[in-house]
Amino acid sequence: MTTPRFYWLLFELAGLVIAFFPLRLHFTEPQEQEFRIYASQYAYSPAKLSVNPGDTVTIELVSMDVVHGLYIDGYGVSVTADPGQTARLTFTADRPGAFRLRCNVTCGALHPFMLGKFQVGTNTLLWRAIGLSILTALAGVFLFKPPSQIKTA
Amino acid sequence: MRYELTRFPLVKAVLKNRWPQLVVYTVMLSGFLLAIMDGLVGTPVGNQNYAIVFVWIAWWAILILAAVPFLGRGWCAVCPIPLPGEWLSHGAILAPRDGKKPWLNLRWPNRFRNIWSQNITFLLVALFSTVVLTTPLVSGGVLAAMLMVAIGTSLVFERRAFCRYLCPVGGFIGLYAQAAPLELRVKNRDRCVQCAGKPCYNGSAAGYGCPWQVFPPGLTRNTYCGLCMECLRTCPHDNIALNLRPFGADLEKPSRRMDEAFKAFIMLGAAMIYALVLLGTNGTLKSAAYSVGSLTWFGYAVGSLVFILSILPGFFWVSVRMGQLLSGSIDPMRHAFAAFATTLVPLGLMSWIAFSLSFVLTNATYILSSLSDPFGWGWNLFGTAGITWQPLLTTLVIPMQVLALVGGLLWSIRIAQKVSAETHITPLPVAIYATMATLTMLGLIL
Repeated sequence: MTTPRFYWLLFELAGLVIAFFPLRLHFTEPQEQEFRIYASQYAYSPAKLSVNPGDTVTIELVSMDVVHGLYIDGYGVSVTADPGQTARLTFTADRPGAFRLRCNVTCGALHPFMLGKFQVGTNTLLWRAIGLSILTALAGVFLFKPPSQIKTA
Repeated sequence: MRYELTRFPLVKAVLKNRWPQLVVYTVMLSGFLLAIMDGLVGTPVGNQNYAIVFVWIAWWAILILAAVPFLGRGWCAVCPIPLPGEWLSHGAILAPRDGKKPWLNLRWPNRFRNIWSQNITFLLVALFSTVVLTTPLVSGGVLAAMLMVAIGTSLVFERRAFCRYLCPVGGFIGLYAQAAPLELRVKNRDRCVQCAGKPCYNGSAAGYGCPWQVFPPGLTRNTYCGLCMECLRTCPHDNIALNLRPFGADLEKPSRRMDEAFKAFIMLGAAMIYALVLLGTNGTLKSAAYSVGSLTWFGYAVGSLVFILSILPGFFWVSVRMGQLLSGSIDPMRHAFAAFATTLVPLGLMSWIAFSLSFVLTNATYILSSLSDPFGWGWNLFGTAGITWQPLLTTLVIPMQVLALVGGLLWSIRIAQKVSAETHITPLPVAIYATMATLTMLGLIL
């Protein structure tokens, strides 16, 4: 016999699977990746970098106006470029996921919001989050149904 | 299910006594005046100026991540902005004095006894917020203007008209206070019926009549109660209680007011636009939002207003209408629309929490450095001025944001089901709307 509690348990299990099931989406051999990023108030160009896990990444940061920095969340590495100058940063992308690039040198009013994205492998967190949202919506709609609604639905 | 906190004599004594509140007020007012001064004369570099760092990072974090979700209007209880005006208006700092009120004390016009004005003031601040949040001089000017308007309003109108009808922050705190697990209510309404003079509303020697223009026996929601504790002081029958309660208890009975419905859209829409502009990677959009007065800024402003006031409510209207058609309900569309808008309260609150986690934790180290050097003049009061910027908990931020948004979605669908039980309209289209809004926020944040 199935009860709402049983269905809740099913949804919770499905949620755990979506959130934590290990995904092996990386099949390529590590490579060397080079990017030239132009920094100007308050954006990076390109603003989004994608690499594969294990890649050796070299970033050349070119500052187009004032002093800019580039800090990568999760990796804790950074580089600073003076106006008109180029600075290099090399590291191994050994942590999969999506990370923010941030300017770490005060460069003007919107400095705290000068951001980019660094994606290592597939952004599984986004897909997991989308899956969890849809599952949550289904659980909410079907398991929270009040008695009065059963008649009209 | 309620748990009365004022049953403890110590809690009640602290809340009734004016001195602890005055001490907190004094600290808050000092900090607020320092923020104004700092904004006006301190360094123009935002992330090194106390006005920006303390108000828009520290205060905002406390407000949206802790005070509003857990204490509702707890911030309003200690907010310094109305104090100088209120003290002038009362002609006293502590307990009421005898005699005629020294100022006009006019009644707030009936036509404006709603939160449309607060919706407008919030939208105005929001449109300029990229400048306000990052430019100390503008930030200090806005804070000073709020203080001046609050003083002016207190001298002309009775009670806390500024807080109740004009404050852009108070409007959304009231909306989201409905979700908080704290409430102030009367214990027994029958006792209020027999109470002569209704000192909780009209005042007495023990305290002021409700500054928030609320009749305490009629309180059923947190929206307009500022937790100032005056009614606790004036009630001669010990009939006021501060209760702990389940989260979102007020949302069980949805509001049918269009001004409150639009407040919910404004807040949800603003969270999305802030996430897009401030957390996104598009520099052109950031520059447009910052270049106030330019053609690109007008484009940004018009686009934001259209999104907040037309697109979001428009799709919501379609959702509710579809639900109505599917259910064959005869509930007036206007009522159903406003009632279902209650579902946006948890969704909006959690969207703001998710948005705020990003920049608060990223910029928290600025708090320590600006504490030592509030004006950016090279001071090092506590030895923390030289602390290097370092984002905090970067690996935890995104999971916390996802949890907040998914939790908000579940909560809002739960509310939609309850609204459905009252309106007899299927909540399915509104649940789809809430899911789409959540997915949009996820896309913007991740």
